[in-house]
This record gives sequence, C-alpha cells and structure tokens, in this order.
Amino acid sequence: MDWSNGMIEGILIGLKTALTFQNILMVMIGCFFGTIIGMLPGLGPMTAIALMIPITYGFDPATGLILMAGVYYGAVFGGSTSSILLNAPGVPGTVATSFDGYPMAQQGKAGKALAIAAWSSFAGGTLASIYLLFLAPSLSKVSLSFRSPDYFALMILGLTAIAAFSSKGQFIKAMMMVVLGLMLASVGQDSLSDITRFTFNNMNLTDGISFVLVVMATFAMSEALTIILKRNDPSAVAKQVSLTELGSIKINKEERTKMLKAIPRNSVIGFLIGVLPGAGATIASFLAYGMERNFVSDEEKEKFGKGSVHGLTAPETANNAACSGAFVPLLTLGIPGSGTTAVMLGALLGFGIQPGPRLYITNPEIFWSVIMSMYIGMVILLILNLPLIPYIARILAVPKNYLIPLILFFSITGIYVMSFNNFDIYLMIGIAVVATFMRLYDFPMPPLILAFVLGGLMEENLRRSLLISNGSWDFLWVRPLTASILAMTILIVCWQIFKTLKKNKDKSI
Amino acid sequence: MNINTTKIISLLFFIFSVFYLYTAFNIQVFSFDENAPFNARTFPIYLGYAGMFFSGLKIILPEPNTIKIDHKNLEYKKTVILVLIATIYGATILKVGYFLTTSLFLASSYYALGERRWLLIFSLSFPFVAAFMYLLHGVLEIYLRDPFLKWIGVMG
Repeated sequence: MDWSNGMIEGILIGLKTALTFQNILMVMIGCFFGTIIGMLPGLGPMTAIALMIPITYGFDPATGLILMAGVYYGAVFGGSTSSILLNAPGVPGTVATSFDGYPMAQQGKAGKALAIAAWSSFAGGTLASIYLLFLAPSLSKVSLSFRSPDYFALMILGLTAIAAFSSKGQFIKAMMMVVLGLMLASVGQDSLSDITRFTFNNMNLTDGISFVLVVMATFAMSEALTIILKRNDPSAVAKQVSLTELGSIKINKEERTKMLKAIPRNSVIGFLIGVLPGAGATIASFLAYGMERNFVSDEEKEKFGKGSVHGLTAPETANNAACSGAFVPLLTLGIPGSGTTAVMLGALLGFGIQPGPRLYITNPEIFWSVIMSMYIGMVILLILNLPLIPYIARILAVPKNYLIPLILFFSITGIYVMSFNNFDIYLMIGIAVVATFMRLYDFPMPPLILAFVLGGLMEENLRRSLLISNGSWDFLWVRPLTASILAMTILIVCWQIFKTLKKNKDKSI
Repeated sequence: MNINTTKIISLLFFIFSVFYLYTAFNIQVFSFDENAPFNARTFPIYLGYAGMFFSGLKIILPEPNTIKIDHKNLEYKKTVILVLIATIYGATILKVGYFLTTSLFLASSYYALGERRWLLIFSLSFPFVAAFMYLLHGVLEIYLRDPFLKWIGVMG
C-alpha cells in the first residue's frame, strides 16, 4: 500500500514538474530538434544530445534532462522518417523500419507508413514508460542491496556488452576503444588521494578531461569532419524528403487490428532489450522484426519485406520501447546501458546529480518528471511531428556548406562557455581529428564514451572491493550476484569468439 | 601476416599502451600507500596491460575483413583547412573575443566549403552570432568575455 501511495505521489510530483510551461516547451523543442538531427544520415541522437549540453547549463537539472529525453525520442522518430521515405535510415535503430516502410512508401502509401510508424512508436514508447513506471522504483529498491563488487562486475558487463553489440563484428577494436575511454578518464587527480596522474605538469589537465569535451570531439565534431572527408551530403536526403508526396495518413480497420496485435508483444521485447546493458534500439528492432515474422500467419509472412503492416509496426514499437528501457539502468543503478544514456549520465553528473538507487528518494522531481515527460514527448511527436514532416524537411535542406560550420560552431562554443580556455579547444580538435581517422577504419565511438563516463565509478568500486577483500580478487566470485553478472560477461565474450571463428571458417570455405 | 592500416593503428595503440603503462608505474604515491592493496597506480596499471592485450590480439590475429579506403575519393584538403580554421579560432577567441572570432570563423568556414554568396555568408555569421550571443549572455546569463566588444564600447 505504501509502495503504491509513494508511486502515486511520485507521479503527481513528476506531472507537476513536467507540466510547467518551461518543461513542456523544452520537450517540444527537444522533439523538434531531435527529429531534424535524426533525419540526417550520419548524425544520430548522441550528436543531437551532445549539442544540447551547453544549452542546458542555464537550466535546472530536471529541465535539462527533459530536453535531452525529448531530443532522444525525436531523433529516433526522425530516423524512421528517412528510413520510410528514402530507405536511408538516419539512425541504426531504424534500419529494420525501412524493410517494410520503404516498400510501402514505394506503393504510394508514404503517409500511411509514417502514420503507422508514428502510432507504433507512440504506443511502444507509452507502454514502455508504464513498464518503467512500475519497474524502476522496485529495481531501485533491489539495487540498494548491490555492493561495490556487484557494481564493478555490472560495469564490466556493460562495457563488454556495448563493445559486443556496437562493434559490427569488430569486437577487439571495440574493446580497444573501451580501454582508451578508461585511459582518458584516468587523466587528472585521483579521486581519493588527490595525486595527479598523466597530466605531464600541465595545469589544464589537473581536473581531468571534461566529459562534454570528449563527447563533442568524438561525436559532433568528428561526425562533421567525417561528412566533409567522405564527401557525404546529408542535406540531399532532406531535400528529397521535402519533395515526397505523402498521401493519406489514415489507417483502416484491418491495419489497426494488425497493429493492435503486434504492439503489446513488441513493446515487451523492446523494453527488455533496452534494459540490457549495451543492447538498445538497433538490436531491439531487428529482434522484434524477426520474432514478429514467427508470430504471424503464413499468408502474412509472405508480405514481409513488401510493405507488411506487422513488419513496420514491430521494429517501430520495439525501438521506442527500447529507448525507455535504456533509462532503467541509468535511473536505478546510475549505470548507463547505451552510449546515448551515457551522454545523459555525463550531463547529470555535470549538474551535480549522481543517478542511482537513491535518486528517486533524494531527487524525486528529476526521477518522476523524466518518466512523465516521456509520455508528453510521445504525444508531442504524434501531434506535431507527423503533420509537420515535409516542413521540417524543408528547414533541414540546409546545404552542408552551412550545416558543417554550424555543427563545429556549436561544438567549440559548448567547450568555450564551459572553461574559457584555449587548451580545451585544442584538445577537442586533437581528439576529433584522431576520432575521425579511427572512424574511417571502423573503430566504434560509443564504447569509448561509455567507458569514459564509467571510468571514475569503476575505479572507485574496484578500490572499495579490493580494500575490503584485502587485495584478493576473490570478491569476483564470493557473492552469487557478482559471480552471475561475471558469468554473463564471459558468455558474451565466448559468443563473440565463436562468431569470429565461424565467420573466418565461412570465409575460408 | 598481412600488414594493413588497422594493424598499424593497433601497433600505435600498443606503443601508446606501453607508454601509458610506463607512466602509470611512475605515478608518485604516498609512502604509506606504496604497499596498499589499491593506490593511485593500481587501476592505470591494469588499463595499460589491457590496452597491450587487446591491441596485441588485433596485431597477431588474422584480419578477414580488411577495410579498403579509396584515399583519392577523400576530401583531405577541405578537412585540413577546416581543422586549421578551428585551431586559429581557438587561438584567438580569448584575446580578440567571442563575437568577432566566432563570426570570422563561421564566414571563413562557409567560404572554405565553397560558398561564394557574400550576402549569405555575412548574414549567417555576424547577425547569427550576435543573436546567439544575446541568447547566451542576455537570456541564459552565461558570461562571455569579449575584449573587442569592450574596446568598441558595446559591452561593459
């Protein structure tokens, strides 16, 4: 009874915070801006959120996080639009959307495909927010029993999982990026003894490398440089979207029935995948697409890949549900499950807030208002963005001659207003150049960001664990919980080794 | 063993990890902490070994998917020019001030990327930066030091 009373009270606190004029405006701006960035191939939600960080400095933490959550959903929605209309997914999480969305658009039903995608996203996101609403407080209570060895093991699991899932078959490269991220995080003063490390007597490095600097350099700036280097033109996509005839956005009864069958099961799949560390919208959408094919009749199966309503509903429901699911480990354990939530964790730490099991006790307004703002974000995406797609695309059709300098400008300004220091700008340019070069050779950046964010926490938990166990590493298997988490990590590593060996064998045949 | 750019990057990472490990061993810790189960050196030392392990694996193991990049199709010139402009911007922003350097940075970047319509270049640099500066300085109350605007008497 106490639990439900607490939840109702929390919902009311959340609604009170989320429904202020300023916060509703932030969700709207976030969704709108996120849709714009999400539509551009190459620029994903992480870039969109990174560019927002300097703007959130002037806001209170709840408003800042609400803005970033809006950008996140908007970017996923924007990615679906370019997937459906042009077969050019703006973000990896919407690749599966193009399998049936694009054929539907080719049949002259672009408006219908967008409407199905928007309603599925809305339903998936809303259902997942409800799951989050019930699961997050309970998980917070469970996670209060977590000890340092469990946290350390959980971070190892998260880093291994993100390396496995984001590496496109390049697991060792991703693990190298994890180590590089941890190395960058170790620069500066040691948190306990205040001894400076890897500063080479440079005063500018005493406080360590700023998180915003690393995110801006490895995402915003390096993506802008990659677009120029590879001669890509993201604005060309937007031009085509603005010229596409959408047709009717009405969904008939038969299509509605199909959607109603697909949405609940795929929201559960998406949410559960989103909760897993390192997984996320991409895996959720592919898995949902594959599983949905097994659920439907043989006749419906034949339509997959040719404009099936089930084939479009499943990935769209799952990728939005996964976005909500990704907030579970962030809000309850303080451990982000994906690159995007890692950026949000960095921003929260910048506000002086440590997410974790006590967040909903110490800062209930942040915890609940973020959950509540998710609903509001979904409604805004549905009401505003769907009818506005062709107009948003027109705004987007800014030539890259203007787009790239503006991205560089926002990145450099973001760092400048934070430190008023030339050294940080040089460091950012240096990291961006290295990151651009590494991107060319498929070294993934999300593992680096997650490792950079978790570096300090990981060292702290390892320190506590080793001190408690008197320097012995047996803390890794003494507690069943720690041992189970580590077993999952070993399973992921073994799976990666098996996959690599199988691939090599297939190639040699 | 097939030598390709990925392996060269891995070799550089290996050398970097060796250097990192060497530096980690040389971190000065308090004398009473020297033999503690965990001190300021411990975590970096593990990281150094981990870096050497993974980059070593990448160097030794065969590379079935060699990434081939056609360097002729890459736009090196414009990229290098943009990086240079950004570096000059970084070098002058504190001395000259936010407004003038940012406007010149934007204008020169548009020009470097091929824009030749001066009216557009101008309107998307100076007035744009002025509006953005007003948002930061005037609305969000984020202080922006600007010697140039102070010199011409616009800013106090």
